[in-house]
Amino acid sequence: MTTSALSLRGAGIRFGDRVLWSGLDLELQPGEFLAVLGPNGAGKSTLLKAVLGQQPLSDGELLIDGQAPGRGSDRVGYVPQQKSMDAATPLRARDLVALGMDGHRWGLRRRTAEQRRRIDDALAAVGATGYADAPLGLLSGGEQQRVRIAQALATDPSLLLCDEPLLSLDLRHQRAVADMIDRRRHEHGTAVVFVTHEINPVLDLVDRVLYIAAGGHRIGPPAEVLTSETLSELYRTPVDVLNVRGRVVVVGTPDEPGGCTHHELTPEARPAAGAG
Amino acid sequence: MDRLFDFSDYGALLGLVHNSLVAAALLGVVGGLVGVFVQVRDMQFAVHGISELSFAGAAAALLLGGSVALGSVLGSVLAAALIGGLGVRARDRNSVIGVLMPFGLGLGVLFLSLYEGRAANKFGLLTGQIVAVDTVRLGWLVGVSIVVLAGLAVVWRPLMFVSVDPEVAAARGLPAGVLSVVFTLLLGLAVSLAVQVVGALLVLSLLVTPAAAAFRVTASPVLAPLLSTLFAVVSAVGGILLALGGSIPISPFVTTISFAIYLVCRVVSARRRRTGWGSRVPDAQLTATPEPAR
Repeated sequence: MTTSALSLRGAGIRFGDRVLWSGLDLELQPGEFLAVLGPNGAGKSTLLKAVLGQQPLSDGELLIDGQAPGRGSDRVGYVPQQKSMDAATPLRARDLVALGMDGHRWGLRRRTAEQRRRIDDALAAVGATGYADAPLGLLSGGEQQRVRIAQALATDPSLLLCDEPLLSLDLRHQRAVADMIDRRRHEHGTAVVFVTHEINPVLDLVDRVLYIAAGGHRIGPPAEVLTSETLSELYRTPVDVLNVRGRVVVVGTPDEPGGCTHHELTPEARPAAGAG
Repeated sequence: MDRLFDFSDYGALLGLVHNSLVAAALLGVVGGLVGVFVQVRDMQFAVHGISELSFAGAAAALLLGGSVALGSVLGSVLAAALIGGLGVRARDRNSVIGVLMPFGLGLGVLFLSLYEGRAANKFGLLTGQIVAVDTVRLGWLVGVSIVVLAGLAVVWRPLMFVSVDPEVAAARGLPAGVLSVVFTLLLGLAVSLAVQVVGALLVLSLLVTPAAAAFRVTASPVLAPLLSTLFAVVSAVGGILLALGGSIPISPFVTTISFAIYLVCRVVSARRRRTGWGSRVPDAQLTATPEPAR
């Protein structure tokens, strides 16, 4: 039996009396794509913090590659939300990737030819070779996000954590970034934990969904978790899940006043994949 | 004074200011390098705040007959510790600085008005007085500079990581709070050097302007600190060399040179932006050609 890239056994986090989530059991296999969904404040980001070793569990255990999570492990890559860089940041795309590799080391050292080759490879793998030497602050949001993925993958981690990586990207770049992550997990067996508000851009890539809400959590294939019955139970209120042209629309979640859609319905159909 | 410049005895004067030139060059190196992080961490206001408390420390030392150098270092480090300890978040930090700065300046003015020595000493703390750096003070400056440069070398990479990419740096286990305090202390030491050379009011011209100018023209993490250092050294040393020929203190020369460099860099960057930066290949071109050149 292979070691799970990430395993959670009876894991739970509570702050005082407030239980964020509990009894979480998950064995994430190498190369598996898990989407983490749920309303704001359900504890999605706290789950990522726990995996990053920044937030100790209140109950249960958490293992990465069969080992306890250390702070700042090479085995975990992290892609944060897209946030535009200051235009005067004195770094080029390749320097951000380099920091992902050795930015945590003290002292000044010259990078070896081997390290520089790995940086080039990581940039090439996300199609960022063309702007490898451009200042970060001058890249578009989509380009910056590609570079961030290259940064997260530069250490060849066995687990890739993504925190809303598609937020504020246009459809074309959403697709390109999602495909890039998908390709990586197939080619390198990198397991992916993908926290998102919007399942549709990655719906066809996802193996399993972890849905966290006030009424607990469910793990399973999207078709099983994203149903009116399951989500009504998780939200403790009637919720309708509609399938419209291959997209999932959730209506009536309590955190969206007026019963607006939770997973936004985007009017235009997804364009054909450009980069992958 | 009928002439602004008189370079007739320049050779003899140069010998007299040998120490000052060394001090200025050193300050240029320290200021240029520290300035890189002042810029990426958005701490320009902290530089100003620390310099006012450094001034108060130096004024207190002058009044009590102690070492001005030691006084300014103590004032700086105290301010840096308060700013680093009380305000880790940018907003807290700015309000802490806004509160400390006038208090420091007020104290400094009080000490100076009580002091009954030479008036030039008083004025010098605010606007610069390098023309007489004696050997003892030079020893201080060299020692403090070495501490700052060594400290920067150790924390350079993690500090850059935490400053430009805080989320991922935290995910890699870097202690952002510790690095912030360490940098603020190094900044405090650098400011105390600058206060003794260009005076409390003009510290920004060596700790902010050169790096701001360098960032205009390069995004290379190697070239940016080198250019920033070069600009700061040229400003500081150039300021002294020009001031020697006249009766005006060095600070207007230093500030003017560094401002002029900044202007030139802005013009260069404006032109650069119009014509495109570096070897950037546009996105569209990338998808069109599967194998981009280089």
